[in-house]
Amino acid sequence: MANQKNIKTQRLSGAEAIIKCLLAEGVDTIFGYPGGAIMPLYDKLYGYQNELKHVLTRHEQGATHAAQGYARISNKVGVVTATSGPGATNLVTGLADAQIDSTPMVCITGQVASHLLGTDAFQETDIVGISTPVTKWNHQITKAEDIPSVLAKAFYIAKSGRPGPVLIDITKDAQFEEFDFLYKKCNHIRSYVPVPETKSGSVKAAAELINNAKKPLIVWGQGVILGEAEAEFKAVIEKAGIPSAWTILGASALETSHNLNVGMVGMHGNYAPNKLTNECDVLIAVGMRFDDRVTGDLSRYAKQAKVIHFEIDSAEVNKNVKADVAVLGNVKDTLTQLLPELRATNHDAWLQEFKDLYQIELEKVINDDLKPKVAEITMAEVIEQINIQTNAKAAIVSDVGQHQMVACRYAKFKETKSNITSGGLGTMGFALPAAIGAKIAEPNREVVAIIGDGGYQMTIQELGTIFQTKTPVKIVVLNNEFLGMVRQWQQLFFDKRYASTEMVNPNFVKIAEGYSIEAKKVVKREDLAQAVEDMIKSKNAYFLEVMVGKENNVFPMIPTGASVSEIRLE
Amino acid sequence: MSKEITYTVSIYTENNIGLLNRVSAIFQRRHINIESINSSISEIENVTKWTILVIVTEEQMKKVIGQIEKQVEVIRAYYHTDDEIIYQESCLFKMKSDLLFEAPQIQNLIKDHNARLVTVNKDFFVIEKSGRTEEIETLYQTLKTYGISQFTRAGRIAVSKERMEISKLLSLFNA
Ligand SMILES: Cc1ncc(C[n+]2csc(CCOP(=O)(O)OP(=O)(O)O)c2C)c(N)n1
Repeated sequence: MANQKNIKTQRLSGAEAIIKCLLAEGVDTIFGYPGGAIMPLYDKLYGYQNELKHVLTRHEQGATHAAQGYARISNKVGVVTATSGPGATNLVTGLADAQIDSTPMVCITGQVASHLLGTDAFQETDIVGISTPVTKWNHQITKAEDIPSVLAKAFYIAKSGRPGPVLIDITKDAQFEEFDFLYKKCNHIRSYVPVPETKSGSVKAAAELINNAKKPLIVWGQGVILGEAEAEFKAVIEKAGIPSAWTILGASALETSHNLNVGMVGMHGNYAPNKLTNECDVLIAVGMRFDDRVTGDLSRYAKQAKVIHFEIDSAEVNKNVKADVAVLGNVKDTLTQLLPELRATNHDAWLQEFKDLYQIELEKVINDDLKPKVAEITMAEVIEQINIQTNAKAAIVSDVGQHQMVACRYAKFKETKSNITSGGLGTMGFALPAAIGAKIAEPNREVVAIIGDGGYQMTIQELGTIFQTKTPVKIVVLNNEFLGMVRQWQQLFFDKRYASTEMVNPNFVKIAEGYSIEAKKVVKREDLAQAVEDMIKSKNAYFLEVMVGKENNVFPMIPTGASVSEIRLE
Repeated sequence: MSKEITYTVSIYTENNIGLLNRVSAIFQRRHINIESINSSISEIENVTKWTILVIVTEEQMKKVIGQIEKQVEVIRAYYHTDDEIIYQESCLFKMKSDLLFEAPQIQNLIKDHNARLVTVNKDFFVIEKSGRTEEIETLYQTLKTYGISQFTRAGRIAVSKERMEISKLLSLFNA
């Protein structure tokens, strides 16, 4: 490449080389927290403030979730920097979350000087050892000259194939050491096959099953979003007329209002797609991995159906559900190949079955959620107001618990990459920092965090980050004064023994105001619409607390160990 | 459900610190005991070969192989039943030298079992035996009656009857 010729080697310190590598990868924002072992890097960052923005979070866990939010809304790699020891161990939850939710992230940790490694030096932890099971790849650098090639590899691995987190640990002496720097991007590692070859005939075999199906059902996951295959996906379902349901991480890849969008599968998903999973004749999984929260009891999951699995990670094929036809590869490519093989048709009678079951859910659950007959506000009403006020264009960043399920069930999406939540790990405390990262990545999008009173207090200190960076995120706390989801289980499965789930909460409005964030609390239904409108109209960060019913439950629900068709409406 | 049998797993890897951790964690998470493990150079320069022995169902084996192959620095992983490979295991027995006088038939046993006397001194002697699992087991049971002071067995090493076309694979990857 022409501009590569112009890059001559430069005599640089390892620390400055790290920055040059990040810039070469197109990174303009990093999230992090300084400390002893990473100080050489921070010192160099001081000189690059115009090119590389560093967002100082209030905790390293917050930095990881912010980087995740940044990555999830933009499909770019989120970058985190932290010091050794406690700085590094504070990354573990975010790494695990990114690993299980396939989020591209590169974490750079400082490490004690190489001559101290293994001596229990001050702030030495074996972060490479600790992070091994929760990273796609990790590596320790002890020599400055290895920085360019290892970081190039880190970005390539994080982003390619099924994305994931990478951790690079760099000793302090390697950051100080000078060497002749030259950066070459990585696009190949000989032992690594990011996208498996699509077996010849597999697409045709899939098309044949689909073309002969009477009751086909698609369940799509995040693979559609990560593969940027939204258009290809839509073309396929529209041509073949297939009812399509989504996993929690697949949400928003297809607009909610689409006629063929039949809702969410899984434990708190919609009634129709769960029930009809056990009645379809061909189940087409697209970029999803049959998580147990999706399948319920595997021995009674879609046993009547032929299964087609479109998947980029061959280790996922036949892991949980046996595939009759596996179509390996990036769904963007495989769906493109599938489209011309499909017969244009519709399955109106079959689609009607979904609509009929939706009516049941509407009467038994949704009406009570959206138009409750009780005085207490429901979580769903708040989400509905947000839909209205944002014209369903907001990116919804939810935390973990009842409010998360309600947000995913009731949020309406018009744009892709709009449902950012911790699906696989279920990390309370995810939403507030993730919303910050998302808003920083996409300043023109409305970003609304939906959080429970419990999870909010797990990373509440990130209000400080909002204050300092003036990031205009909207924060909605749905306060039921309980660890609601756990309380729901206690009620349903543990004889209402509410052990340690009741929360005595502080004055959240005052706390937000302490950070100069405009804040409001809503207790009565008649104030809700106006409050949400004020929040959305605000150009600044905004905190809205809504007191909701204390002991409301989320339904439908597939109890643990039950089959998807045993989904309960009450 | 298929039944648990012994599989020999052969993993070709880039020789990388930490990868063994990554791979052993895959077995550990599923509570699969590693019966033996051997790491050595392979027929290809800079490529390490691990030979791991596990007792699992074929279904489990396939899932684990998928998760192993997915690791960035694993070039290829294979699994084989005992009939599909030529393998050897080896072991050392340390025994008291007095036994050579008290039970001179031990000398014959060593010969009959195709074992080898590695060293003899006035206190102890050491027998080395290589062979298939059952052969080692038989010798162990035989010698146990005389009293074994120390016993150790090395990880299984194996080559497959079929070709493991790693070189070809690598040239493809390099292309
Ligand atoms: C870090 C972490 N700890 C514990 C849990 C278990 N857990 C799942 S949901 C939940 C309750 C969440 O309560 P809250 O944040 O108030 O939300 P709600 O369910 O009331 O909407 C808990 C404790 C978790 N998911 N994550």
